[in-house]
Amino acid sequence: MEEDVASAFRPPASRLAGPSRIPGPLPRQDGLPGAPTQRSCLWVTLRQGAGGAPWHRPRAPAPVTPVAPCPRLMSGRGGAEVTPVEKMSGTGDPRTGPVENKNEAAMSELVPESRQKPVVPMKPVGINANLLGYIGIDTIIEQMRKKTMKTGFDFNIMVVGQSGLGKSTLVNTLFKSQVSRKSSGWNREEKIPKTVEIKAIGHVIEEGGVKMKLTVIDTPGFGDQINNENCWEPIEKYINEQYEKFLKEEVNIARKKRIPDTRVHCCLYFISPTGHSLRPLDLEFMKHLSKVVNIIPVIAKADTMTLEEKTEFKQRVRKELEVNGIEFYPQKEFDEDLEDKTENDKIRQESMPFAVVGSDKEYQVNGKRVLGRKTPWGIIEVENLTHCEFALLRDFVIRTHLQDLKEVTHNIHYETYRAKRLNDNGGLPPMTSETEENHESNL
Amino acid sequence: KISSSQFEQKPNHHDHEKQYVGFATLPNQVHRKSVKKGFDFTLMVAGESGLGKSTLVNSLFLTDLYKDRKLLNAEERINQTVEIVKHTVDIEEKGVKLKLTIVDTPGFGDAVNNTECWKPITDYIDQQFEQYFRDESGLNRKNIQDNRVHCCLYFISPFGHGLRPVDVEFMKALHEKVNIVPLIAKADCLIPSEIRKLKERIREEIDKFGIKVYQFPECDSDEDEEFKQQDRELKESAPFAVIGSNTVVEAKGQRVRGRLYPWGIVEGKHSAWKLAWGREGWEGQRWACTAETAAGNSLQHGLD
Repeated sequence: MEEDVASAFRPPASRLAGPSRIPGPLPRQDGLPGAPTQRSCLWVTLRQGAGGAPWHRPRAPAPVTPVAPCPRLMSGRGGAEVTPVEKMSGTGDPRTGPVENKNEAAMSELVPESRQKPVVPMKPVGINANLLGYIGIDTIIEQMRKKTMKTGFDFNIMVVGQSGLGKSTLVNTLFKSQVSRKSSGWNREEKIPKTVEIKAIGHVIEEGGVKMKLTVIDTPGFGDQINNENCWEPIEKYINEQYEKFLKEEVNIARKKRIPDTRVHCCLYFISPTGHSLRPLDLEFMKHLSKVVNIIPVIAKADTMTLEEKTEFKQRVRKELEVNGIEFYPQKEFDEDLEDKTENDKIRQESMPFAVVGSDKEYQVNGKRVLGRKTPWGIIEVENLTHCEFALLRDFVIRTHLQDLKEVTHNIHYETYRAKRLNDNGGLPPMTSETEENHESNL
Repeated sequence: KISSSQFEQKPNHHDHEKQYVGFATLPNQVHRKSVKKGFDFTLMVAGESGLGKSTLVNSLFLTDLYKDRKLLNAEERINQTVEIVKHTVDIEEKGVKLKLTIVDTPGFGDAVNNTECWKPITDYIDQQFEQYFRDESGLNRKNIQDNRVHCCLYFISPFGHGLRPVDVEFMKALHEKVNIVPLIAKADCLIPSEIRKLKERIREEIDKFGIKVYQFPECDSDEDEEFKQQDRELKESAPFAVIGSNTVVEAKGQRVRGRLYPWGIVEGKHSAWKLAWGREGWEGQRWACTAETAAGNSLQHGLD
């Protein structure tokens, strides 16, 4: 897991041209600390759009100005070099600006900036050129790693789909443990619930010294009734409730240092492998929910389809999603830079939706023990890329984009909710009973 | 379809000691006449879209009834209602002619709100009974067209944990109007233990909800043992777990109908194909009789 933490700050190889490999935030044009990448630009714009509300904490001179999304442009500028050095000293300290404050508390882990991308000048000029010795700035990575290991982090994943599509099995396979209440065998005595229920189960998983508090949110009853109209409403309600909880905690005067994060970071939507196209219900759900949460569509029980059927089906599904304007994760508009864009484009246009097979049973294949399904005509290996795309999904959700999922949830979806709430409330943060009391006593 | 019986007095042997009348040839005569006349069979297929209904129909009858169909995408399906689509094909095998009508039900169970989505189907079945009833009461009864639905293959999704609410409601609405044969579709996604459990579960639920699915008639006691064995297997396998295929793949040097996966090939012998096909062949005649009984019952209800 180390590389995941480090990867948030990992400078892409192509950019390690200069003498110093400083993973630092982007310097800003107006010299203020902070790293307004495209993503936080969006966030900032929302805040501004809401009319300069009181939550706009006092800042030095001007309100935040969005910087051009392509930070590489900084390379030629002499002034750029100074700021990273300055900033670095600020990173470990009590926050220099409200941005970092909120982010830090919000993320419940030490992530100084919403998005740190290294800026390494192509031509070293100014102070950074020819460092006279080794400073040790790059040990920040190790420091962050240690801190993260101590605090651990939260991850909340929701699974949605008709019953029997293998949701629980897949989650268990993803996290290699029995984290999801599986309808063990077929002895389920529970009937299909009449309305959609929301069941959240939390587990603490540890790997390589890093603790993850994983919460799996199941949605039994979705799509199973005869009349499934508006069956996504309880789900949307739940997601918004989590945002509300977080918001209330945030605006609390005496708020916790580390706000417990119950917001849904990722929603796996299970598509039934009909081989034809998406169902009307699938479209309805994704249209409504892709605006409030990161949706990752997966094709369930993909062992139903042959290779050609799979490819055709995926193409059709992708096209339908596009035609209907459904932005699934990773959303195009949130690609921060060219590197992200190319990487995500490839995933979006070729791999997604992932056609997966889940299993919690092991079999012996070629001398190795693998997770799979034993059918009369062969063993389907879950982690074999020629059989299904489970490994791609796992790498995507856990090994490369885990942090990003959380960031997008926090910086985009949560912020959208927050802006709307504050707007509705006349620009004031919602008063909880506590804040009201404190308010009174302070007067 | 039995025309008025006449037994002919035909001495088979010029043997006056034997008191031989000769009406034992009656079954042969019936057979000959039926073969000349040909059979009508109307088969309905119902179930959610994407369960392999068309593929199975093509596999069963080795035809390509659905060659040029256009699949609707999800948006088009939002406003779709359940339709009834008929395809007719004449099949002949070893001199036996079969006029096969497949009644398809696109749109069933696909909408977000599927309340009463079976109504167009029950209406259709009732219409056919009504029409037959009128024809039967009419003057020209010689050339009655029997368009009544003789059998309905209902496709159950293999992805569920048993019957879904829409499955139960559909079967309850239709079990007294038509012979329902439930099938587990796309069974190649299930491993044998899963198929067993699913079948048990479905059988339990069918009992629980009082659904009267088609019961295969008992075979006569004087049938040979092999036939009896097959009949037993048939009954025990219900609901049938089926796999359909329109493609021919190469397996062990032979070309067979099957499905090619990266982990192996699914061939006919792994599925209930043979049984299902066999059923069609043997039971062809019997279907008609049972359908008449079912028809009679509904008409009775209608008249009351």
